[in-house]
Amino acid sequence: MSTPPDARTEILRRVRAAQPAAPVDVPRDYAADDGPAGLALVDLLVDRLEDYKATVRRCAAADLPAILAASLTDVPSVALPPGVPAAWLSLYGGEIARDSGDGLTVADLDAPGVAVVTGCAVAVAQTGTLILDAGPDQGRRLLTLVPDHHVCVVRVDQIVERLPAALRRLADPTRPLTMISGPSATSDIELNRVEGVHGPRRLDVVIVA
Amino acid sequence: MTGTGNVVTPLPFPTAARRELGDQQLRHNLRKATHTIRDKRLRVVGEVSDWEQLRVAGAAIKDDVLARLPDLLEQFEAAATAAGATVHWARDAGEACAVVAGLVRATGTAEVVKVKSMATQEIGLNEALEAVGIQAVETDLAELIVQLADDTPSHILVPAIHYNRSQIRDIFASRMLGVDASSLTDDPPALAEAARRHLRSRFLSTKVGISGANFAIASSGTLAVVESEGNGRMCLTLPETLISVVGIEKLLPSFADLEVFLQLLPRSSTGERMNPYTSLWTGVTPGDGPQTVHIVLVDNGRTDTLADEVGRQALRCIRCSACLNVCPVYERVGGHAYGSVYPGPIGAILSPQMSGEGANRTLPYASTLCGACFDACPVRIDIPQVLVHLRQRGVDDSRGRPSAERTAMRTMSYVMRDRRRYAAALRTARRGAAPLRLVAGRRGALRRVPWPLSAWTSVRDAPLPPKQTFREWWTREHSS
Ligand code: SF4
Repeated sequence: MSTPPDARTEILRRVRAAQPAAPVDVPRDYAADDGPAGLALVDLLVDRLEDYKATVRRCAAADLPAILAASLTDVPSVALPPGVPAAWLSLYGGEIARDSGDGLTVADLDAPGVAVVTGCAVAVAQTGTLILDAGPDQGRRLLTLVPDHHVCVVRVDQIVERLPAALRRLADPTRPLTMISGPSATSDIELNRVEGVHGPRRLDVVIVA
Repeated sequence: MTGTGNVVTPLPFPTAARRELGDQQLRHNLRKATHTIRDKRLRVVGEVSDWEQLRVAGAAIKDDVLARLPDLLEQFEAAATAAGATVHWARDAGEACAVVAGLVRATGTAEVVKVKSMATQEIGLNEALEAVGIQAVETDLAELIVQLADDTPSHILVPAIHYNRSQIRDIFASRMLGVDASSLTDDPPALAEAARRHLRSRFLSTKVGISGANFAIASSGTLAVVESEGNGRMCLTLPETLISVVGIEKLLPSFADLEVFLQLLPRSSTGERMNPYTSLWTGVTPGDGPQTVHIVLVDNGRTDTLADEVGRQALRCIRCSACLNVCPVYERVGGHAYGSVYPGPIGAILSPQMSGEGANRTLPYASTLCGACFDACPVRIDIPQVLVHLRQRGVDDSRGRPSAERTAMRTMSYVMRDRRRYAAALRTARRGAAPLRLVAGRRGALRRVPWPLSAWTSVRDAPLPPKQTFREWWTREHSS
C-alpha cells in the first residue's frame, strides 16, 4: 500500500490554511567559530573522551604502527576499511581482513575477537565526538558497528573545538554519517549512564600529531 | 487533521493521577530518577556559555519551519525521492499504520526490529502490526523493559523510568527468553549485557527496520536519529528495508541547522555533552545500509495544532523531556496519569491540541503553572502560556450556555474584595461543608460536586473548607 489517495493533497492544503504568515528571522549569535587550534584543543578532546570511558593514546606519526600494535595485542583479527594505509598495521601480528571486493559479511564482523581500525572525518573537542562520513579510511557503517572493539585514529589537524565548525568541515553531508561519543551506553536504568550495550563496548582513540 | 491513536487520554487526569499517587514505590523511583537527571542537565548546560543564544536560535529556526512548512515539506519530499527514498503521507494514526503494515507485508517478513520512536508509539504501530500478524521487537533497553512487562511507556526519553533496577531485574528474569534467571543480578551493566545477548541475533538477521527521526533536513532529504545504545544504528544499518515514520513538524530547513539542535538536544535530554551515537542518512547509499528506504510523513493532529496561533509553539518540541524531569506534577504522578504517549508539561499542551477526544481537555489543568518547564525547554516553548490559553479556550468553548466557571469566578472576586463578606462566606461554606465532610472522608477533598460547581471538579478535586480559618485560630490562641 502506498500513500492513501488524497492524503498528500489534504495535508498540504491544511498546512497552507493554518500557515502563520509572518516570515521569521533567525538570530544566530551563538558561537559558531572556533578559537585558535592548538595543544589545548587536544587536551580538551582527551579529557572529554576519557570522561565517556574511551581509552586515549597520543603519539607522533612515526609511532602509529607501534601504538596500534600495542592496542591490539589481545586481538586475533582486525577488519579494515578499504582506504586505511597498510602501513598503519605493519607491526600488528594478527590476521587482517580488508573490506573490499565482495566485502566482509555480518558474520565475519560478529566473530569473537574482531576489532576494527578506522580513521575519522573530524573530531569535536568540546563534546568528545568522532564523526565518520564513510570516507575511504572509515568505510561502510556496519564496520564500526558489529565488532565489539573500535580503534579510531584521529589526526590533530582533524580536531575542531565546536560542533558548528565540525559540520562545516564535512565534504558531503548526504553521505551516511555516524557521530560517536564514547562506547555504546544506556541511561535507561535509573537515568545513570552505563557503558556497553549494542554498539562496540570498547572504544580506543589514537591521536596522531 | 484531528489526531487519533495513543494521544487520546482514556481517563480524566484527576482520576488517573489519584490512582498513580497511591503507588509509593513509583513516587520513590520517579523522584530519584528525575532528580538525578535534573542535576546532570544543570551541570552540562552550565558549561555552555552561549546556551541562551542557542535556545533563541533553536526556537526561531522551528518557528521559521512552521511558517514555511508547505514549501519545506515539498522540498523534503523531492530531495528524499531524488536520493532513492519513497515518501508516503498519512493523515492520521490509522492511515499511517496501514501504510507501514502494507510496506512490511510486501517484504514477506513477519518480524521487524524497531528503534524507539515517539511517532510510532503515537500512532500505535506495534498493536496495528500485531493485528496483521507482524511482530515488532522494541530494541531500546527501556522500550524492551516496557514491552516485556506488558506495560506502557511513562516518559518520552526513558519509557521505563517508573521501574528501579531490581524491578527491571525481575522483569528480565521472568519474561526474557533464554536468560539465566538464577545468576542475573540487578547490577545495571549485567542488565545491559542481558539485553545485548537477547537482541543480538535479531539485529543480525531481521530484514525490516522501523524508526522515527529526530530531524528531517528539507534541503537534502536527510533523516537523523539520536540515540545511545547502538540499537538505533543496528536497525538503521543492517536490515534490507528501512521504514521511518516522521511527524511533519520534524523538518529543519538545512543541514547547518543541526549545529544548533545537536547541541541543544543531548544536554537537555540525558544531561550529556553528546549522546553516544547519532546517525544521519539520505535515501539509499549503494552498498551501505538498507537498499529500500521508505519515509512516512504523518499529520495526526499537527495541522490542527498549527492552526492555533498561541498553541502552535508546541510543534517546536524536540522531545527532549527536560520539561518532564523538572515538573513537580510529573514527579509525583508519573507519565501514565496523562494517558497520552506525550506526558508531562509538553503532553498537557500537545495532546489536547492534537486531539480533542477522550478526556484530553482535562490535561491543561495538570500543572501548577510554576514555569520550571519553560526555563528548561531548549526551544523556549512557553508551556504555562499555552496551558492558560487552552484553559481559556475550554471555557470559551462552552460559551452560549451560562458558563458556571466564569460565573463562579465573578462571584468569588466580589466576595473576596470585602473582608466581612469573605468571613461571612467562609462561615456559610463551613456549615455547608459539614455533611460533605462525611462524603469526602479523610482526604478532605470532593471529587464531584453538583452543578454549577461541577465545572470546577470535572477537571480537579475541590478541597473542603478547613474547620476554622487562620484568623479564627489566631484570635482564639492569642486571646487566652
Ligand atoms: S517541550 Fe521543550 S522541554 Fe519539553 S520535551 Fe519538548 S523540547 Fe523538551
